[in-house]
Amino acid sequence: MKHSISLALFLAALWWVLSGFTKPLLLGLGVVSVLFTVLLARRMRVIDAESHPLHLTWGLIRYWVFLIKEIVLSNAQVVRLILSPSAKIAPHFVKVQTKQETDLGRTILANSITLTPGTVTVSIDAQDLLVHALTKETAQAVIEGQLDLRVPADAEQPT
Amino acid sequence: MIWSEVVAAILLILGSALLVIGGVGLLRFPHFYSRLHAGGVIDTLAAGLFLAGLAFLFGPTLGSVKLGLIFVFLLFTSPTACHALARAAHVAGLREPTQAEEEQQWQK
Repeated sequence: MKHSISLALFLAALWWVLSGFTKPLLLGLGVVSVLFTVLLARRMRVIDAESHPLHLTWGLIRYWVFLIKEIVLSNAQVVRLILSPSAKIAPHFVKVQTKQETDLGRTILANSITLTPGTVTVSIDAQDLLVHALTKETAQAVIEGQLDLRVPADAEQPT
Repeated sequence: MIWSEVVAAILLILGSALLVIGGVGLLRFPHFYSRLHAGGVIDTLAAGLFLAGLAFLFGPTLGSVKLGLIFVFLLFTSPTACHALARAAHVAGLREPTQAEEEQQWQK
């Protein structure tokens, strides 16, 4: 239930930000479409802790701040490689193990690895990630698992 | 000229420079997988700087909030596209060239 309510609030905020209308008629139509969407989502049974991870909200926000810092740093690394005339790149695949136990955690980790330039997640099989790295240095961060440690863990079991 | 326009100009110029660098990387890097990484620079930092610069031009309006939303959506969609490309190549059996082949290409 709390997921439905939060989805409704989120959709309402999105509707208003994207439209910017304030006329009562249009606001009423907005409310109707939000309620209809929530009803549809409920009937499709897609509202749960996985599609709408409320229990991770604060963890995710803290994680995003860390991730953006990480993205900027690895961007600088790749830009240096592109610009320097003598840089040696050594593209290779590495296999890394993740500590994430939920599908959601693994997805967050894999997407974060892809998002930081210099590393791309190619495939995932249970706890093993196959990652393509541009150089040894960019692979290092993934092997050390700094992102893996920071991914917000499931504090409470999804209900 | 007010200060927010100056900040916007700096961010937009930095973003454009990164776009060019990403393009150079796409041409310079030797093989499919390594070119993917050059594309990553454009996807993340260049797009982010552009959106931030535009947000400074808009000032505190709904437009800026929409730009923020675009950035959040980019954080979700661009790794998906990148992963789809890499996985398609991997599944199709594209292999990484050996060290010798790699260096030969890099010299050209």
